[in-house]
Amino acid sequence: MLAASRNFPANAAKGLADETLQRALAKAQTGFPLRRRLAVERLPEFEALREEGRAIKDHTLAHLDFYLELFEQKVVMAGGRVHWARTADEARALVLQICRSVGARIVAKGKSMIAEEIGLNEHLAAHGMTPVETDLGEYIIQLRREPPSHIIAPAIHLVKEQIADTFRAEHRNLARERPLDEARQLCDEAREVLRPRFLAADVGVTGANFLVAETGSSIIVTNEGNGDLAQTLPRVHIVLASLEKLVPSFEDAATLLRLLARSATGQEFSSYTTVSTGPRREGDLDGPEQYHVVLLDNGRSALLGGEFQDMLRCIRCAACLNHCPVYTAVGGHAYGWVYPGPMGAVLTPSLVGIAEAGHLPNASTFCGRCESVCPMKIPLPKMMRHWREREFAAGLAPRTVRTGLRVWAFLARRPALYHALAEIASRALGWMGGERGRFRSLPLAAGWTQVRDMPAPEGRSFHSLWAERRHKEPR
Amino acid sequence: MTPKEEILSGIRRALGRDPVDAATAAELRARLAAHRRNLIPARAAALDRRGRVDLFVAMAEEVQATVARIPSLAAVPDAVARYLSGENLPAELVAAPDPGLDAIPWQTRPLLRIRRGRAEASDAASLSPAFAAIAETGTLMLISGRGTPTTLNFLPDTHIVVLHEEQIVAAYEDAWDRLRAHAAASGGLPRTVNFITGPSRTADIEQRVELGAHGPRRLHILLVSGAENGENSENG
Repeated sequence: MLAASRNFPANAAKGLADETLQRALAKAQTGFPLRRRLAVERLPEFEALREEGRAIKDHTLAHLDFYLELFEQKVVMAGGRVHWARTADEARALVLQICRSVGARIVAKGKSMIAEEIGLNEHLAAHGMTPVETDLGEYIIQLRREPPSHIIAPAIHLVKEQIADTFRAEHRNLARERPLDEARQLCDEAREVLRPRFLAADVGVTGANFLVAETGSSIIVTNEGNGDLAQTLPRVHIVLASLEKLVPSFEDAATLLRLLARSATGQEFSSYTTVSTGPRREGDLDGPEQYHVVLLDNGRSALLGGEFQDMLRCIRCAACLNHCPVYTAVGGHAYGWVYPGPMGAVLTPSLVGIAEAGHLPNASTFCGRCESVCPMKIPLPKMMRHWREREFAAGLAPRTVRTGLRVWAFLARRPALYHALAEIASRALGWMGGERGRFRSLPLAAGWTQVRDMPAPEGRSFHSLWAERRHKEPR
Repeated sequence: MTPKEEILSGIRRALGRDPVDAATAAELRARLAAHRRNLIPARAAALDRRGRVDLFVAMAEEVQATVARIPSLAAVPDAVARYLSGENLPAELVAAPDPGLDAIPWQTRPLLRIRRGRAEASDAASLSPAFAAIAETGTLMLISGRGTPTTLNFLPDTHIVVLHEEQIVAAYEDAWDRLRAHAAASGGLPRTVNFITGPSRTADIEQRVELGAHGPRRLHILLVSGAENGENSENG
């Protein structure tokens, strides 16, 4: 998928003005955080599990080469194959090659963000195959030719009337006047339309929530069961996964699974957690004859050992999106690439470059909710700050920002001057604010005053009050 | 360099080290071999058999699975017939060819049409044996094998699972141990292990939970106490 993150400001403004999108986001804003909170409150060990989850991933990342090689050995022992892809291009080519080798025409897909990252659908379609998204949300946006707007709820930006319109336009062989007013009816229709495609598919592609080094297994977590049909019915199962999905053992996977569903949907456990190891065994009555794992790097290994390594702990639960005041206001499409919200604001510049994605780490109030809900305790605001620093150092920040920062830095290095000016400014603003104590408009602050008043300082600066207080109450 | 070598050497370069030395590798292998457990929530860990069964049932029902308690496998045909007619479903079923279900006396319910094998698109209801269950979250654990095809768990609209009380363990970690023991005895892990917690669902449309997205709309658990016939007399 091509990144369009440099258009963030314009796309965010469009998102804010889109009433339908706002209606859709309002539901997400309350639903996800509430359910997560209830699930977390029910598990007294949640906080301790976060610590353990972090330790497991840190340990794995510190020995990633060892665990990757072990994983490959175990996959081979179970009769499968591992394919290593340095880039999105290589991963696409590998999947295509496997599909071609079995003469595939229909490729059923479980939900995979890596498939989005490498633009797999476009690639398969360009080579004469039909990729069919089977997760309900992914299916809807595939019909609409849109990218996902959320990493676990890809169609969260839509309301059901839009989905009904899409189904009427695309499912042309069904009765024109059929009722499609309720989510139930839409869900049933998608099930009915997709079932024959599962059965006709030659290859099933799924992602992986975890790869287990100990056994060479891949684990997917779903609620619909689409991933299971996609990896059971076709002759070939391809797992698409990035390398940081690795965990050492089943026990480690269990700990992370306890964190994942609760953080994502507020469920105790998702409906289906599926462990796949190799192809079908001799004598099995179903299951794929081939099992392939395509391991994607695409810039991740370069993050190890640096200030963004912690991002590789991410288990893609989307709690940071669901709790982000920016994401829930502008929606996922504004971010312009596969990964939106706070995790995207850190990951996207790492994978597509800060020149393209510089707006994303700036699209944060630094309120810190993302870090406080992250099951893997990833310091997202800190890493966004790192990106802002890099952006500034590379001369990519806009001129107004650079000038403003330079002026501020000049003053900050001269405390006496800074305090004197702050004192004067706060008194002057306080006086100008008059009896109302607020401004309807201020030069250089239109972004604030266009939608709300700016309170005027009520008197003196904090520094002078603090100095006075320390003087009065000596320790 | 192959892509694999390049990725591995890139990882080592970023981590600022050579391939892990023999001592570290031995440590890492020992960590794996120990099957070391992380923190297990207290909710299930301290329970006796009765407590595990009760917690399993409560958690499973919370996610819209239904549970019927029966004394022994002999009661399965009646329980299945009652369930299917109660749900207004046809009296037919595809059952796993697993020998563990051979003791079910289907002939006591001659009107029930039973086929044994994998599921096909036309099958409306299926029956499979559980491998284990986890009390912590009301989760069934099913494994693939000659007698237990995975399609039974996902293709039909209605999935009925036979679970024996003594198969209910406290936590996922206990289930992994059982799986490893099974793998050691049967020549390796199964292709597929399905942890199933309630019927299929989606909330992809306006966050409304709807059951039966692609997998079964109904998940019905026949919980066999084994109180009759001295069947399954294990205590715990």
